Amino acid sequence: MFLGLSICRGFQTEKDSLRSLTVSTMIHSLFLINSSGDIFLEKHWKSVVSRSVCDYFFEAQERATEAENVPPVIPTPHHYLLSVYRHKIFFVAVIQTEVPPLFVIEFLHRVVDTFQDYFGVCSEPVIKDNVVVVYEVLEEMLDNGFPLATESNILKELIKPPTILRTVVNTITGSTNVGDQLPTGQLSVVPWRRTGVKYTNNEAYFDVIEEIDAIIDKSGSTITAEIQGVIDACVKLTGMPDLTLSFMNPRLLDDVSFHPCVRFKRWESERILSFIPPDGNFRLLSYHVSAQNLVAIPVYVKHNISFRDSSSLGRFEITVGPKQTMGKTIEGVTVTSQMPRGVLNMSLTPSQGTHTFDPVTKMLSWDVGKINPQKLPSLKGTMSLQAGASKPDENPTINLQFKIQQLAISGLKVNRLDMYGEKYKPFKGIKYMTKAGKFQVRT
Amino acid sequence: MSAAPAYNEDKGGSAGPGEPEYGHDPASGGIFSSDYKRHDDLKAMLDTNKDSLKLEAMKRIVAMIARGKNASDLFPAVVKNVACKNIEVKKLVYVYLVRYAEEQQDLALLSISTFQRGLKDPNQLIRASALRVLSSIRVPIIVPIMMLAIKEAASDMSPYVRKTAAHAIPKLYSLDSDQKDQLIEVIEKLLADKTTLVAGSVVMAFEEVCPERIDLIHKNYRKLCNLLIDVEEWGQVVIISMLTRYARTQFLSPTQNESLLEENSEKAFYGSEEDEAKGPGSEEAASTALPARKPYVMDPDHRLLLRNTKPLLQSRSAAVVMAVAQLYFHLAPKAEVGVIAKALVRLLRSHSEVQYVVLQNVATMSIKRRGMFEPYLKSFYIRSTDPTQIKILKLEVLTNLANETNIPTVLREFQTYIRSMDKDFVAATIQAIGRCATNIGRVRDTCLNGLVQLLSNRDELVVAESVVVIKKLLQMQPAQHGEIIKHLAKLTDNIQVPMARASILWLIGEYCEHVPRIAPDVLRKMAKSFTAEEDIVKLQVINLAAKLYLTNSKQTKLLTQYVLSLAKYDQNYDIRDRARFTRQLIVPSEQGGALSRHAKKLFLAPKPAPVLESSFKDRDHFQLGSLSHLLNAKATGYQELPDWPEEAPDPSVRNVEVPEWTKCSNREKRKEKEKPFYSDSEGESGPTESADSDPESESESESKSSSESGSGESSSESDNEDQEEDEEKGRTSESEQSEEEGKKKKMKKRKKVPEGQEGGLSSDEGSDSSSSSSESEMTSETEEEQVEPASWRKKTPPSSKSAPAAKEVSLLDLEDFTPASVQPVSPPTVVSTSLAADLEGLTLTDSPLVPSLLSPVSGAGRQELLHRVAGEGLAVDYTFSRQPFSGDPHMVSVHIHFSNSSDTPIKALHLGTPKLPPGISIQEFPEIESLAPGESATVVMGINFCDSTQAANFQLCTQTRQFYVSIQPPVGELMAPVFLSENEFKKEQGLQGGR
Repeated sequence: MFLGLSICRGFQTEKDSLRSLTVSTMIHSLFLINSSGDIFLEKHWKSVVSRSVCDYFFEAQERATEAENVPPVIPTPHHYLLSVYRHKIFFVAVIQTEVPPLFVIEFLHRVVDTFQDYFGVCSEPVIKDNVVVVYEVLEEMLDNGFPLATESNILKELIKPPTILRTVVNTITGSTNVGDQLPTGQLSVVPWRRTGVKYTNNEAYFDVIEEIDAIIDKSGSTITAEIQGVIDACVKLTGMPDLTLSFMNPRLLDDVSFHPCVRFKRWESERILSFIPPDGNFRLLSYHVSAQNLVAIPVYVKHNISFRDSSSLGRFEITVGPKQTMGKTIEGVTVTSQMPRGVLNMSLTPSQGTHTFDPVTKMLSWDVGKINPQKLPSLKGTMSLQAGASKPDENPTINLQFKIQQLAISGLKVNRLDMYGEKYKPFKGIKYMTKAGKFQVRT
Repeated sequence: MSAAPAYNEDKGGSAGPGEPEYGHDPASGGIFSSDYKRHDDLKAMLDTNKDSLKLEAMKRIVAMIARGKNASDLFPAVVKNVACKNIEVKKLVYVYLVRYAEEQQDLALLSISTFQRGLKDPNQLIRASALRVLSSIRVPIIVPIMMLAIKEAASDMSPYVRKTAAHAIPKLYSLDSDQKDQLIEVIEKLLADKTTLVAGSVVMAFEEVCPERIDLIHKNYRKLCNLLIDVEEWGQVVIISMLTRYARTQFLSPTQNESLLEENSEKAFYGSEEDEAKGPGSEEAASTALPARKPYVMDPDHRLLLRNTKPLLQSRSAAVVMAVAQLYFHLAPKAEVGVIAKALVRLLRSHSEVQYVVLQNVATMSIKRRGMFEPYLKSFYIRSTDPTQIKILKLEVLTNLANETNIPTVLREFQTYIRSMDKDFVAATIQAIGRCATNIGRVRDTCLNGLVQLLSNRDELVVAESVVVIKKLLQMQPAQHGEIIKHLAKLTDNIQVPMARASILWLIGEYCEHVPRIAPDVLRKMAKSFTAEEDIVKLQVINLAAKLYLTNSKQTKLLTQYVLSLAKYDQNYDIRDRARFTRQLIVPSEQGGALSRHAKKLFLAPKPAPVLESSFKDRDHFQLGSLSHLLNAKATGYQELPDWPEEAPDPSVRNVEVPEWTKCSNREKRKEKEKPFYSDSEGESGPTESADSDPESESESESKSSSESGSGESSSESDNEDQEEDEEKGRTSESEQSEEEGKKKKMKKRKKVPEGQEGGLSSDEGSDSSSSSSESEMTSETEEEQVEPASWRKKTPPSSKSAPAAKEVSLLDLEDFTPASVQPVSPPTVVSTSLAADLEGLTLTDSPLVPSLLSPVSGAGRQELLHRVAGEGLAVDYTFSRQPFSGDPHMVSVHIHFSNSSDTPIKALHLGTPKLPPGISIQEFPEIESLAPGESATVVMGINFCDSTQAANFQLCTQTRQFYVSIQPPVGELMAPVFLSENEFKKEQGLQGGR
């Protein structure tokens, strides 16, 4: 009994001392792991954490069978592993103490976004090729585990992104990617915009992109449908322009979230977006169109998928057609569907486009292209089923992708864009587009 | 080493930089060959004078570090380059140094002097970066140097350097915790910093070093609240979570009051099943314990925090939104928590990891506050493409949200889910159906039937899960379900899943009297296959045998003995034990009679039905949004969310300086102190905004902060869908609401003074009054309305006597009456300014006012209608003149001030066709022909707001342009003064009741 107690106490003190030595830092280390389980990059912001900590992650990965089912938070005896999975790479952050999980997850996503911004794509080979830039960027993004510079405008001032031209120049002249003048953005009152921006062509483009999320039931009626939109901007303007963007019908916007540059009060009082934009590409606004408004569903899918009990053949037929398109053409239509396990193969003929069926993953995908209302695209044929097996009791759901140019399905319209604070006349452009978000048809 | 330069010159001479030997792909692994001299070439490169070679070497070294290879033996060669002129080399050396300094402490000291020099550099960025690297070198011997550097940097001119100092604090603390006291001093100093750049970092340092020193926050509390919106996102998260803890220690629980209210009024009206279902236990207990307590008043500082965090729900950062959501959940009055639902639902559109975390929190919240998420039920519908872990969390939320009204839709959804290909998910769905069936009695039979149908499903897992759930449901009302039990009994032939078999056997045993014919037969079959069964099934077979023996020993005696004998020789000792134990109990023997006499009671005692409840129940004792909440276990370093204090600690600790106002009460002084911060933060948020806040009356900000302190003020604010819509329309933003609120209270304050205000009609309070006390007001008003609709209203608000003490505080607010609207007076003190002006206005109203159009109106109280930038040089302000409009007594007269700041005259200023809500009408002002540059003009127009606070939208047209503008009246501006004698007043007051 005594022995037990003293051991206990000993353990306690050891733990305490451990605690005092490793007083929390938000993010201790970061490991990048590819889909085959190799750690191809590690970065530590404090003392080194052995990469063996990732074994716990691999264990969880194995248990999860699919990458997307790996729990984002994994507790281990001494650490917590928080991960995000993007572009087939796991970004695993190691933390030691209590920290809001979303804080870390949000940061990891920001890291991925930054890489994407820097290199165009974020993939294992690209990260390996640019390992030094990656390392420098990570070094700037966190200080002692706490985020320091996460705005891409500022980072790009600190560390220039590699371009083909610069790589060539660098190899010839031996110059570097690190900005030669010191960054000033962090010091300005507008921390998201760098100073001294200069362009010969001043232009500001705004893309209003709306996505329809919908679940359509078997009979074709809408179970749930909502519109989520974003306004992505590409602003290349000299100096410190102050922009205002107003809508014809701001009431449509039910729930909004802003880039930090947007003045909240102005929006509250006047429903006007007033902001000093960051330089380059950024997401100005995401919004949700209120659920009270009926959502126009631009396409319909007619389907007839049937399995018969005794037969080893099933019938498959789908037709896609336009519904409420406001007179626009539906383009870029693709149909994908996860077929039941019992389906061995499918022999189908499309009236247009191309289709593939992967007998291993049982994934059917049909690249339709444009929908011609006069001649509706259809995909017909038979499925061969496992002989002897009874008919699958589930029907596949059909996922739809499509695009409609020059249309914001909610009817949102930008009224005007004004610029103050600078003298020149900028070139302004607004583009609208509607896309399918998570658009599912149940069968 | 001496040979190195020569070697290198050779190389350099022959091929120059970038030649093959150096030009390896760092990732190719060639340089990681196990040759012990492997780094010689790198060392040589580092020793050259060529920056490009050094850079190449450093790049390769960093690539090694990135891959987790050991590069520590290069330390001496690298550290030499710490003072290198080339910035990129220098940076990479820093990277290396920070990584390996801990392992090579002595050598690392070589670099220190470089950083010390950097700390004195005139360039702030160099100072900052020197401090950053210096503090990152984890070498205990330099602790004093670091301490000195931090102290110095904390009083640096540049906020950026101060920010770096704040970052350095936790680094030093983790190196040497003995420095805590000194570091706290630095933290205290930095906490007083007024720049947004520093705020987030220093709070982070505070949280890591001395989270227990809550006293350091007092003086900075209001500043932090006001700076919050301009702090960068990461800092916001840290500050919000710290303030949540702070608020829990400093303010009183807003819900204690609610429970009181509920008992008094709400219970009677709305106390239907829903409220009760939410959380009857805790609340009732609280309310019975509390009635003796004095009514709750929300501390204005508490309100300040809630108000200033609310806009952050619109942040693009999920972490910030979650932080605000948890703050509201833990700190806001129940009625206000609803605002967070929309933002949280928005996050469900984000990456799946974000969804995962958010759904966990929503699951916890939806148990406590179901009503909050009910409108968003459909947002939790599951798509076949969701990852399984998301599906299961959504299912959890759907189950929590299911109630009597929406259960049909929910069940229809569940029906689709059952046919999913994802079997784990199907199993979870079946469990969810079971939970719905237990929670909602009405659908229990439907669910049970559905589940029974699932028993013929082809998938065994589905069947097994259904059996388990059916078993639990049957336990609630076994008598009616003999048929189902029979059906289940038949299934024993087919189902192989052990858990399901065991469940069926248990059911048959437990309710053997409902199936007297079948039960022995099942036992017979099971006895036959006993040896082949799984352990849990065997245990249940023994169980079944024992129960049958006790009820029907005639038929089953032999079977039981057979089973027990088989079990006696089982491989599993649990089963052998159970067999021996059972035998002793049921078979009467000579000596052990005592227990066996009660065997029937033991085996067939009525058993309570299992409670199917969410695994998220009671998780909210962890702070939401925290790691501990997610794991449902305390994480290292988790700080408990303190319970609300019984008695509010002294609020005056948050006062920043000693105010001059000696006449006023302590509380009022506090409010006054906030003003500067307000204007600060408003000024910072944007150049164009300063105009709308500046001319506001003196006490405006003060009232903003305190006006909402009314007890149940917002009891309907968020629950109420309509109101949310209102907000969408921009009609009643929170602050406006609070202003109105404040006005009402203010009026109450002047109880003995004849009460009133010029300018129009009282607003329809029904729409925006949310104070519980005004409910009664509202009813009496509507009565009045019937009597004399749309006329100047006689109105006597309840006096503060009858109002709860809660109101008393806010009564001191001097609201929008302060702007001396009639005539600018300049009385001696501030208090009397407003009061005098006020009283003046009141006395004037006794006699009919002479409408003096275009009388000079003071600048105070001007609101901006059109900013000069937006108006292309035309600036338009408006004031409520608080005089009757000459044309139409129903109209409020509004003075419009035009001024032309452009360099061309503005011509033909007139009113365009207004688009007005029904009831509202506008009397146009005469067209202004021309407004010369620099000139200004004032006109009067009348607006009939129709007793509402709806905005009047109209167009201002010039010759060339049209501007859309809108005027929204505060409630106070819509009221007209009336004279009442004291007796009349008391009578009216009596009528109001006021509770």
